[in-house]
Amino acid sequence: MILTLAHHELRNLFLSPLAWSILAIVQFIIAYLFLGQVDWYLQNQAQLKTMLNPPGLTELVVSPVFSNAAIILLLVIPLLTMRLIAEEKRNQTLALLLSAPVSMTEIVLGKYLGILGFVLINLFLITLMPFSLLTAGQLDIGMMSAGFIGLTLLLASFTATGVYMSTITTQPTIAAVSTFGLLLLLWVIDWAVNINTNKATEVTEYLSMLRHYQSLINGVFSSSDVIYYLIFISTFLVLSIRQLHADRLQH
Amino acid sequence: MSVTAAENQNLTSAHTNSREQLVSVKNVSRYYGKNKAVDNISFDVHRGEVLGLLGPNGAGKSSTMQMLTGNLAPSNGQIEINTFDILDEPKEAKLSLGYLPEQPPIYKDLTINEFLAYCAKINRIARSHHQSAIKLAKQRCGLDKMGHRIIGNLSKGYQQRLGIAQAIIHSPAVIVLDEPTVGLDPRQIKEIRALIRELGNDHSIILSTHILPEVTATCDRVLIINKGKIVITESINGLQQRIQSSSLLVAFNSPPQIKDLAAFEGTVSVEEIDSGRFRLHHDPTIDPSEKIVIRSVENKWGLTEITPEKLSLEEIFLDITCSENDGDIANVDTNINPVED
Repeated sequence: MILTLAHHELRNLFLSPLAWSILAIVQFIIAYLFLGQVDWYLQNQAQLKTMLNPPGLTELVVSPVFSNAAIILLLVIPLLTMRLIAEEKRNQTLALLLSAPVSMTEIVLGKYLGILGFVLINLFLITLMPFSLLTAGQLDIGMMSAGFIGLTLLLASFTATGVYMSTITTQPTIAAVSTFGLLLLLWVIDWAVNINTNKATEVTEYLSMLRHYQSLINGVFSSSDVIYYLIFISTFLVLSIRQLHADRLQH
Repeated sequence: MSVTAAENQNLTSAHTNSREQLVSVKNVSRYYGKNKAVDNISFDVHRGEVLGLLGPNGAGKSSTMQMLTGNLAPSNGQIEINTFDILDEPKEAKLSLGYLPEQPPIYKDLTINEFLAYCAKINRIARSHHQSAIKLAKQRCGLDKMGHRIIGNLSKGYQQRLGIAQAIIHSPAVIVLDEPTVGLDPRQIKEIRALIRELGNDHSIILSTHILPEVTATCDRVLIINKGKIVITESINGLQQRIQSSSLLVAFNSPPQIKDLAAFEGTVSVEEIDSGRFRLHHDPTIDPSEKIVIRSVENKWGLTEITPEKLSLEEIFLDITCSENDGDIANVDTNINPVED
């Protein structure tokens, strides 16, 4: 049942031009940044050779691409998730699912996986770019996998946040704005604290999405980072399910 | 878990007991803040019965239906669909439930076939029965040739039909229709009413409406709701009896005294409308018109008009719902008795 809903969601997405244009635009921007990075690498290659222990292609090209991709998708994912439930509430089509033999958990997970499927297609296309470097050089596959896992978890967290924001409002735009706001806040949360004294730094450091992601794309695969993302995702999914239940009670 | 339309049909015929109770609502209330939208209502619906929910705007019809279908949780009380509690065992209950909300829940980007295929899946119809279920639903709602049309381009009437199609696609035991004939043209209304009657033979149907003739055309039983309370539950026959004449309009060229008219057997009261015209209220079981005609000829009253006055469903409805405004159901017009049970 979850897969039925996910499939429906993914298919619906491709029925509208939104999905196609997002794929095209994201591809274009990341390709542009990727080429810039490759270009920079080629220009400085001579200089790098003189170094004793020079950073590799993966560190200089792939990691920055992953890091840029994260920021670009931080802007894009709220637009994908905003409609999920908010629009169904607004158009009063949610009744179709609510009166069918489908549980709230199935609704939330189905919709979540549908959008996640699209995000993963996007991610797959992005990772193809660094792989093209294999034709001309060598890549640190281990480091790249850590980065790939990091980006996957990060995008899955973005999507979970988006799903939750979409359940608490009937206006898709509000869902998009609040998803974006919350994600951005979690992205930069430890910046402000660092400027002032170091109070509560540990907490904000732990909350910061950027910090966990940074270590993964640098090739440090630590289970605590993975657990952070898994907790993050499940928290927002559970909140979404609870929100759907609560919707039937209040008003 | 999957129940096919055909299996469902078999289930239907297996339970030959036609009085099988499919919907049971017990003491259900619903508050919106402090506002009591539905106030302690209870009713049952049996297999093969079409129940009409009637009431003015904001009476609580839609809230009741939303609670029946699990879209809204009741503040208190209990709802069972096909013996399953809608809140405790929602999946089992919803397997035997089809619901058409006020706004048909349709995705405008899909074609009719795609949409119905999705409905078949989420209602857990076995894959091998998908095509036949979709075909039957389309056929029943007159959408046969429209399968490849995009829903967003359809007229309101067709969208409404599609809304009904999605509610009946899995052949549920209980079908809840919120104003099913809104937006349809008169011919379609006739067809949909016939469909409801047909479905009513082996399912139980709850429908709400503003249109009073629709109730007489389709329902077996009527529930009139006002301000969240059930004011009347009555079979259609009982309602028809209430519509039976209980007053006569008479006019004479040389009118008799009021007391002469009041002397007829069964007469309750007589009022003079204008000179020579009277309204004569009588006991519904005794019709004095024949005697009035005979007496009029004997006494040369010059009878020019004698009309049995029928109380229309509209009048009953208004009577009930308006007198309810005074806060006392018992004060309804003399020929309308409040619910006994």
